[in-house]
Amino acid sequence: MIANVKSQFQQTGEVFRLLQQSLYGIFTPPFYWGRLFEQIIHLGMGSLSITLVIGFVTGLVMTLQFGYGLAKFGGTLYVPAIVSLSLVKEICPIFTSLLIAGRIGSGMSAEIGAMQVTQQVDAIRALGTSPIRVLVVPRLLATLISLPLLATLSSFVGILGGLIIAHTEFNMPVGFYINKVLTTIKLVDVFGSMFKCFFFAMVIALLACYRGFKTSEGTQGVGTAAQWVVVRTSIIILISDFFLSKAIILLFE
Amino acid sequence: MESILEVKNVFKSFEGKEVHRGVSFSLQEGETLGLLGPSGTGKSVLLRSLIGLDVIDEGEIIYRGKRIDLYSEKQFCQVRTKISYSFQNGALFDSISVFENVAYPLFEHTKLKEHEVEKRVMEILEVVNMADARDLKPSDLSGGMQKRVGLARSMALQPDILLYDEPTAGLDPINVEMVLEVMKKFKTKGYSGVFVTHDIPAALKICDRVVILKQGKVGFMGTISEFENSNDPFVQSFLTGL
Repeated sequence: MIANVKSQFQQTGEVFRLLQQSLYGIFTPPFYWGRLFEQIIHLGMGSLSITLVIGFVTGLVMTLQFGYGLAKFGGTLYVPAIVSLSLVKEICPIFTSLLIAGRIGSGMSAEIGAMQVTQQVDAIRALGTSPIRVLVVPRLLATLISLPLLATLSSFVGILGGLIIAHTEFNMPVGFYINKVLTTIKLVDVFGSMFKCFFFAMVIALLACYRGFKTSEGTQGVGTAAQWVVVRTSIIILISDFFLSKAIILLFE
Repeated sequence: MESILEVKNVFKSFEGKEVHRGVSFSLQEGETLGLLGPSGTGKSVLLRSLIGLDVIDEGEIIYRGKRIDLYSEKQFCQVRTKISYSFQNGALFDSISVFENVAYPLFEHTKLKEHEVEKRVMEILEVVNMADARDLKPSDLSGGMQKRVGLARSMALQPDILLYDEPTAGLDPINVEMVLEVMKKFKTKGYSGVFVTHDIPAALKICDRVVILKQGKVGFMGTISEFENSNDPFVQSFLTGL
């Protein structure tokens, strides 16, 4: 029990050390722009379609459920505000982050883990370069850039999906829906959502890279590392979301 | 001859298990030193320690008069352009081609233009007879070919010292000969080398001197003829393994 707690503290310390080294790598040369661009394409563009589908479908379903639910109390008019606020502030950032944690976090950890067990990480060091700069910094930056943008796009198509259902299912005028959304969503909501995604992106990329470097026990270790990343990042995202939301409300509302 | 690398009284342990208990030897300019010993005596660990991939617990590693074992990871990056490491399995980057693998250190550490890098890489690939495989991925290569590309990559920056970690292990006799031929070429170009191996015939062909590790210490150190003519039972047990 004590050993387990000690190990958790040690791991946390090592992750913060990785963060510190990565921040140093972000702001000091050499920079690997090509690798960053590659990662943005792989991570951002590769996840775009699934993120948009999830956002769009969530918008459809939420509007449908809230529409019929609120209709019982004569509250259909509130659907645009409720759906758009939920999508922008919570649903899309969380869904997108969990999706990226599962799709990209596990992949990152498996990729670095496989490089670790085949001595490719040692080879990077042996060739006089830094695995932090070559492997971690481009992945961390790419996640920090892509995740907030993906979540914002996801919110946008979610609202669009809501518009389609509101108009076709509840005969809500398009202009009314758009007007309600625009008067409900404030800039602070969008930036708050992006800030949360920024934090989640850091958690996903750092934990994935950290666990990748710690991979041992061959191919089985690679699988275990990927699983570890998905579980840990998902838990951290869900728990930290509450505290981040609370902090944003306290600061800006 | 001048000593370019000195290992002085090195101690290393993993989780309480002592691997090295005061290992000392030196490498002369232009010579190839064989590092032999039974499995588990820490030959590869010692080789990795020479360029800081593993950190020693005690002792000194001196390269060209400078104590490098105290260097930070950043300082070691510079050392690693002068002391090159060839991994047992090649450790090639599997997402890029043979050409890109060999070009990697050149792009990282030189200001050569693209066509100059291409020229240099092709020259090196010619030396290891892998020029035809320039566009292949490591997964398309056999074990022996991967090792030869690994050797090519390790000599790309024209280092002072090449560290070979069991370059002939697991290869058929034809590939062993090819790898040894490459190592001979490096030797004739004047590179110094430390050659970790279990392959005694290969060591006899390539090395000028031999160090044998025994229970964490140097059990034997001498020239090839001293090695071959030694009456020490421990050394004999190695030679009779031929």
